[in-house]
Parts: sequence; C-alpha cells; structure tokens
Amino acid sequence: MRTLLVWMAGGLASAALTPIALASGWNMPEGVTAVSRDIYSLHMIIFWICVIIGVLVFGAMFYSLFRYRHSRGAKSATFHEHTTVEVIWTTIPLLILVAMAVPATATLKTMYDASEADLDIMVTGQQWRWRYEYLGEGVAFTSNLGTPLEQISGNSEKGENYLLEVDEPLVLPVGQKVRLLLTSDDVIHSWWVPELAVKQDAIPGFVNENWVRIEEPGIYRGQCAELCGRNHGFMPVVVEAVEQEQFDEWMAGRKEAAQQEAMSADREWGLDELMSRGEQVYGAVCAACHQPDGSGNMPAFPALAGNQVLLDEPERHITTVIDGVAGSAMPAFRNTLSPVEIAAVVTYERNAWGNEAGDSVQPSEIAERIAGQGE
Amino acid sequence: MSSRDEHATGQEGVRRTVTRTLVVLAGMFAFAFALVPLYDVFCDLTGLNGKTSARAQSLVDQEVDASRMVTVQFITRGSQGLPWHLEVDTRQVRLHPGQREEVFFSFRNNGEETTRARAVPSVSPSEASLHLRKLTCFCFQEQQLAAGEGLKAPLVFQLTRDLPPDIKTVTLVYTLYPVQPAQAEVSLHEPITEGDSA
Amino acid sequence: MASHLPPKPTPQHSTATAGGMADSGHARPRGMMRWLLTTNHKEIGTLYLLFSLTMFFIGGIFALVVRAELFQPGLQLVQPEFFNQMTTMHGLIMVFGAIMPAFVGLANWMVPLQIGAPDMALPRLNNFSFWLLPVAFLLLLSTLLMPGGGPNFGWTFYAPLSTTYAPPSTSFFILSLHLAGISSILGAINIIATILNLRAPGMRLMDMPLFVWTWLITAFLLIAVMPVLAGVITMMLMDINFGTSFFNAAGGGDPVLFQHLFWFFGHPEVYIMILPAFGIVSAIIPTFSRKRLFGYASMVYATAAIAILSFMVWAHHMFIVGLPLVAELFFMYTTMLIAVPTGVKVFNWIATMFRGSISFEPPMLFALAFVVQFTVGGFSGLMLAIAPADFQYHDTYFVVAHFHYVLVPGALFAILAGAYYWLPKWTGHYPSVRLSQWHFWLSVIGVNLTFFPMHFSGLAGMPRRIPDYALQFVDFNMASSIGGFLFGISQLLFVLVIIKCVRGGEKAPAKAWEGAEDLEWSVPSPAPLHTFETPPEFHPQQH
Repeated sequence: MRTLLVWMAGGLASAALTPIALASGWNMPEGVTAVSRDIYSLHMIIFWICVIIGVLVFGAMFYSLFRYRHSRGAKSATFHEHTTVEVIWTTIPLLILVAMAVPATATLKTMYDASEADLDIMVTGQQWRWRYEYLGEGVAFTSNLGTPLEQISGNSEKGENYLLEVDEPLVLPVGQKVRLLLTSDDVIHSWWVPELAVKQDAIPGFVNENWVRIEEPGIYRGQCAELCGRNHGFMPVVVEAVEQEQFDEWMAGRKEAAQQEAMSADREWGLDELMSRGEQVYGAVCAACHQPDGSGNMPAFPALAGNQVLLDEPERHITTVIDGVAGSAMPAFRNTLSPVEIAAVVTYERNAWGNEAGDSVQPSEIAERIAGQGE
Repeated sequence: MSSRDEHATGQEGVRRTVTRTLVVLAGMFAFAFALVPLYDVFCDLTGLNGKTSARAQSLVDQEVDASRMVTVQFITRGSQGLPWHLEVDTRQVRLHPGQREEVFFSFRNNGEETTRARAVPSVSPSEASLHLRKLTCFCFQEQQLAAGEGLKAPLVFQLTRDLPPDIKTVTLVYTLYPVQPAQAEVSLHEPITEGDSA
Repeated sequence: MASHLPPKPTPQHSTATAGGMADSGHARPRGMMRWLLTTNHKEIGTLYLLFSLTMFFIGGIFALVVRAELFQPGLQLVQPEFFNQMTTMHGLIMVFGAIMPAFVGLANWMVPLQIGAPDMALPRLNNFSFWLLPVAFLLLLSTLLMPGGGPNFGWTFYAPLSTTYAPPSTSFFILSLHLAGISSILGAINIIATILNLRAPGMRLMDMPLFVWTWLITAFLLIAVMPVLAGVITMMLMDINFGTSFFNAAGGGDPVLFQHLFWFFGHPEVYIMILPAFGIVSAIIPTFSRKRLFGYASMVYATAAIAILSFMVWAHHMFIVGLPLVAELFFMYTTMLIAVPTGVKVFNWIATMFRGSISFEPPMLFALAFVVQFTVGGFSGLMLAIAPADFQYHDTYFVVAHFHYVLVPGALFAILAGAYYWLPKWTGHYPSVRLSQWHFWLSVIGVNLTFFPMHFSGLAGMPRRIPDYALQFVDFNMASSIGGFLFGISQLLFVLVIIKCVRGGEKAPAKAWEGAEDLEWSVPSPAPLHTFETPPEFHPQQH
C-alpha cells in the first residue's frame, strides 16, 4: 500500500513537473523563423499527445495495481485474449500516427523548399572552427571560439555567453532567404542554431544545403552538434541577424577591410608589428590545439616551442601553415588566413616561447607563395 | 518457422540448423560488402548525396527549355597537404535547361615537387545531380602537375530539361584531394609524433 | 506492502547434494580449470552474468567520470581527449560488454530450463563463445593505455573521425569488436539450434514462454546484422591500414556510406538489447498478477513485427546528413509505425494486470518500473521519429535521455527483474526483500534524477558528447550528475544482495513464486547441475 502511494505520488509529481518545466523556458526555443515555429508547434503537439496517452495508459496501470492487489484479497480473472480489444488498440494508435504524420510531412516539405535565395553562404567546418564565405561577394572569414582559455580552466570567472561566443559572428540580413551550403575540410561537423531550427551535417567532400529566413534581428547562438574530435565542445556558431541596411554597411566595411589587408601585404613589416599581430592570430586560431605556450598536445598536436624542425626549416614551416597536412588535424590556412596573418603567425611561432629563430617572414612572400610564382 | 523445424529433433536437427544459420551468416557478411556497390547504384538512381557520374556522358539531344533559367554556381576548394591552386574562370552562369555550357578551370601546382591530385565533385541540391550531364570533365581522372606547372581544363555540361521545376540554383563544388596522401608529405609533425600516422 | 509469497510446499524435492553453482559431485576439473572448461549451460550462464556484471561496473565507472566532469561547467577533472575516450568506452562496454552478455547469460541459464532441454545444443561452442568475451574486452580496455589513447570517436565511430583521424589504437579496437561479434554470433547460433531442436516433446513454438520466443527472434537479428557490423569494421580496418577508400572522400569513397552500413546494423542492434527484456517482463507480470499473459499470440507477432521493421528504419539516425525528401518521409513513416507493435505490448501487459491478483515482490517492482519508464523512452522515441522535429533533437541530450530511458530503466531494469525473479532458482534462496527494496527505490530515484533532466538540457540546446557546456545547462547537469552517482552507488546493493543470496537466506522451493507456471519451476531450487536429462512431460495450455 505504501509502495503504491509512493509510486503514485512520484508519478504525479513528475507528470506535473514536466509541463511546468517546459513552460518555464526549459524547452525547445520557438525560434525566429517560420520553419522553427512550425517545428516548435509540431514538437508541442506530439508532446501533448504523448502526455494524454501516458495519462490514460499509466492511469489504467495504476488503477489495476491499486484495485487488484493480492493483499486486498483480489482473485484473478482467467481471460487472456480479446480480439476486438486487441484490434482496437492496434488501430487507434495507427490513426493517431497518421494524424501526426500529416503536419510533419507538410513541415518537412517546407524545409526542402529549393526556391531561389537572396544570399548564398558557404559554411565549412574545420577542426575546430567555422569558415563562412559569402559567395559572389569575395568576403570570407573564420569564426573561432571567443571564450578565453582561462575561463575554461576555471582561472577566471565565466562570462554570460561562456562557450557560445566567437571572435567573428556570421552576419545575416533579416527577411532574406539565405541559402547555406555546408561542407567540411576534415571530419563530419554539424552546424546548429536552435533558434533558427537549422541543423545540418557538414561532410568532407560533399555539400549539403539548407536555408533560413530570419524574421527578427538579434544574436542567435548554437554549437557544433556532431562529435568532431577533441574540441567538439568548443566550436560555437553565432549568427548576428541585422536589418538589410546595416547588413549592406557591414558588407561594405568588410570589403574595405579586406582590401586594406591585401594592400598592407605589399609593404615591409617590422618584427615587432608581426609579433604582436601574430600573437593575436595564434591565440584565436592555433592555441586551442598547440596550446597557448606552444607546448602542443601529443600525439595529435606537436609542440611548437623548441621544435627544431620548425626552427631549422622556415620554408617547411610556411608550407605547413599554408597547405596543411593531409590526414591530420592541421588544416590548410591559405584561404582561411590572410597573407599578413600567416606571415605574422609564422613569425610569432618562430620567435615566441624561447624559440629564437630571429628571422621574420614578410606578408609579401606569403602572398606570392599563395598566388603562385607565375601570376 | 516451418513445421519441419518443429519436428526436427536431436543432433541431426541441430546440424541442419547450424548449417542454415552459417549460410545466412556468410550471406549477410557478403551482403555488407555488396552494399558498397549497391549504394553507388542507389545514389546514381536517386541522386542521393549529390554524387555525379564519374564518366563522360553524351549530350541529350533535346531542345532548350527557354521558359526558365537556372543558376549554376561553381565552387572550388583545396584540401590539406596539397599545394595546389584551383580556380574557376566563371563563378556562376545562368542558363536554360537543355543548354550546353562550357566553363574553364585552372589548376596550378605551387609546390616544389610533382604531385597528383583528383577533383572530387559534389552537387547540391542532391536531386540535381541526376539531371547534370557532364560531357567533358577534368574530374574523371587524376591530374599530375610538376612544380609550378599550370593547367586549364574545361567542364562541358548540360542540365537536362526534366530538372525539377522547383530547383532554381544548382551548386557544383570541386574539392581537390591529393592522390597519394600522407606518405609523400613531409611535415613538421613527423619528427615528433613518432609513428603516429594520423 | 510488498512481501514475497509464502513458499508453497511442492512435490519435488531437491535431489542434488548442493546448489547448481556449487555442484561438485562428479570427477570434474576443479578450481579455475572447472570454469575454464565447463560446457554446462548453467555454469556458462553464470560466467556470462558475472562477466556482464563486471563490465557493468567498469562501464559505470567510465560514466561516472563523464558525470563528474559535467558536474560543473569548465574543465576540472579530465581533458577533452580523455573525456571522449570515456564516453566512447562507456557506450561500447555497456552495449557489447554489459547488456548483450547479460541477456546471453540469462538465455544460457533459462532457455534450456524453459523448454525442457538438458543443455544447450552445442555445449563446447558455448564455452568458446563465452571465453572470447574476456579476451575481447581486455583488449578493448588495454587500448586506453596505448599511445594516443583508446577509441575517442563515440560508440557509433563515424568515419572519417574513426579512420583517417583516429588514434593508432583503432586497429585493436576493431579486432576486439570482431571478437565480441563472433562471440555474439556463436551464441546466437547456439540459441537458435537449442530452441528449434531441443524442446520438450509436445511443446510447439506457440507454446514456448515469451522469453524463449523473444530470444529466438533476437538470435535471428544477431545472425542478420552482426556480419554487417563485421563487414563495416573490416572496411574501416582496410581504410586505415591498406589505403582503400570506402569512407574517404579523397579517394572516391563516402563517409555517409559508413553511417548507412553502421545503422543498418545499429538499429536492429537496439532491438537486440530490448526484445529479450520484453520476454522477461512478459514472464514476471503474469506470475505476480497470478493471471495468464494477455494476448500471447499478439505478443509474439508484435515482437516479430518490431524485428522486421527494425531493418527498415535505420536512416532515422541520419535525418540531418542531407537525405532527399522522399527518404526522410519514408524513414519517418516506418519509424512511427514501430510505435504500433510496441504499444500492443504495453497494452497487453496492462491487460494482464487488469483483474489480476497483484503482489509486489522485487522482480515485479523492477518489471513495473520497466513498463513505465520504457514507455517514457518510447514516447521520446516517437517524438524523435518526427523528422522535422528531429532536426532540433538530433545529437542533443534529448537523444541521450531517450536511449538511456530505453536501455537503463528499460533493458537493465528488465535484466535486474530477471535476476531477482530467477535468483531463487539459481541459488535456492530468496534474495533479501529489504535490501532488494532499497536497491529498487534508490535505483528508480537515481535513474530518473540522472536521465529525466537530460530531456530538458537537450531541448534547451545542449549537444551530446561535449566535455564542457554553456551556463544555462548548469542546473540540469548538476542534477544528472548527482543522480548518476546515486544510481551507480546503489548498484553496489545489488552485489550485496547476490552475495547474501548465494550464501544463504530463506530457502526457496521448486516453485519459488506462487503464480509462476513455466517449466523451470518444476525443477528443484537450486537447479541441480543437470536437469531434464529425460525430457519432461509438457502440457500445452500455459499461455
């Protein structure tokens, strides 16, 4: 008897808790697109159907447990089949399923809409960052985890957007249909922003497609959803949705900055300049694997501090950063970083943490190397 | 369950059951490997995954469907460990289904050695790969380039008229992969990783 | 208040000198050799169960490492690469080392007893299939000590993370999985051969207890899909060591092909871990309701239907890899269909209890908890089947909550229920009621505290397999970690129950439970080493 009461109390408590929990925001976000709202309402419909079925089924079960207790002197009946009942409880669930499938199918069809987009973006997953390329605009950049390592290790207080912040968010205009083309440079990643209801695998060698039309300006945060190695948990996605006007301004600013960056590759850079720029780039791009102090993380990530091969052969150092290493976590940075950034980071790596190569690499050398001598 | 099984008893029955299960077992193991080519066939039939044919196809002689326009985008991507540069001279073309079109791609080996590479195509949306016919393509075979050497190669293709009407943009992505990975590559990683081939 | 039934005197008395687990009447090898060479189904069953229990604790410790790291945000105890090895090893060990061998152990013990067979059809093969397991799992565990660490790519080992980007120990991981696979296959062959050929005269297939039925179907699933797993990992091995490109886009392969092949194995595998649980629960509920199982035939058909459907739903694990619309729709519909036979089972169990005469002994408590909690897992499964919604659920803690509800308060609780149900038969003693109840209640609280909050963390946006998380997930994770430790520690009570039960306790008669009807209750408790050497008389009608 006591057992039963405990059961029932527990059951009721958790049954009551769930809707309360869902109502207080511990739920799938409704999101800011038509698709995300469709999905949310599908989710809630199915959830309530499950709740109703659950109440009926568990109700019948607990009623039986309570009513037909042996300790209460219940004598068992002898029936053990009933065709009509069995047919009914096979058919009714089937009908409920059909009723669920109808809106689900409609939503799925909307999600696969292939009509023309206003903006095409190539999203490339890379261990462990995202690269965004605005197709036809000549604007591309990578988006790295923005949370400082000290916060992760617990040496400083965690910020509000801990692990959900990046150095450069993907900026998108609201109200426009944005087509996302996803692929990967190494392993499978998955690009996910809950508020946009977009989750799509980025698969090496293959392109996937999805689309989004954001309705409200805002900052939307998500994460990589497919296990992609060591820093899978440190690969956030941040989308900043802005009005078209702001977007155009941002785009113009981006283009100008890219131009300046390209121009600055032509001039001679001093060692100090390169070092300070290199430190920034290293912290954003390299430190997650090779560690802030260049000590690496064996066996996948070799140490850079005190690495004799690196010091003895500058040419190979440069090649490795530009072209990457096949079949390893070392990506090719030729499209990801600008010549200035590559020159700076190589210079930094050769002269930091006790490395004393003393030489500096000029951005112009890198630019030449990337473009190919013939051009 | 056949009724024969029900009456089979004793060692003979056991032997028969074991033989049968072993046959099924061998069949399923073979089936797993057979799934690899079957999967390719399935992809060819359904366009799953946006794989395109690896062989030259002929132009389907059909009239141009002037009533609609489709945008075809070309994207080129490099990959790790390959000092090549791949570029397309036209990033995007607008054409009618049925129309024959030619686009040029330039390869350049910026490395110090002769290397080989293959461009692996992928089409999005994947359904479109069924309707993309490639007459000439550098992607059918490997390319070999000496240090500093360049190459210009055409892609001749056509989108067939039965392209589903809701497809307005087709994206063709080429990813350039080194043909002999890892071994040939001398890297900063090698001296300290000690036998790690990852 | 639950109390076990007054043991009724039965006409059969134990003729064996000692318990089934301690029989030493004949001139047989003693000590270690006895266990190494045994071909007796009961001894091998015991070996399987003890092995599985050991693996359960090892896999459990790995899970607790994960939960300890996730107790707070930030990286405190372990580094991400070790964290990934822990999640991977936890999954592999629980699936292949704990749940599957536990069911095989129960099958070894109970299938011959339930069909009136003297032993398994192939006793020596039986010994071999067991001893493959310790070898396989020692090898698997040893990868943790190899340079670069053990497998770190999740128990689903998606290529290319598990091929091109895998640690050097991956070839050993593949070898150990091959060994475990061979063990499962041989076990399955043995079970099929036993069930089809060694039933007591007069026992038709449709007279068999449901545990036997579900195992027969499970064994067929094993025969069908374990070779596919063997094929996939062989391809991985070739990709890693011999330069083939099955799953490598650079060489013309396709990483998505890996997922298709893996889940073609993987989804039936999921049912391999739940169908025998259905069988156990279908034995326990009628016993403690003192009423025949409702809808025996529909139970058998529903099990078969689930098994067949399991081959047609694999891509619901891949809704976000970029399948064409038709494929998404097809796999969504087939997946939803599984709810129908599964629902039939739940309804049948409830109809069995309806107008029964129900008591709440420990096996019944676990079986009832199974029904409720497995159904909760079924509900979240139905939600996951809806492809558009899965775009949000996929690879989040919602999925983790779902499959843990099916596997822990589902499969594991059924195994525990089975253990409590048959312990009197194995040891001749009833397990301590007080301790069992403590074990039960702490397990129920622990398991729900661990896994229920995961639904919410998943819905709120927490991806699975991450070693550190954003601040909005703090409360859920803390609750889950506390629950995890509570659950883990309370399993020690189960060990205590078993030890006490083997050593002594209230003596159990042949028919240890008043309402129990199957053949195993006609042999003495503890079951002597050799039973049914002359086939028993079987009178159909039980079901």
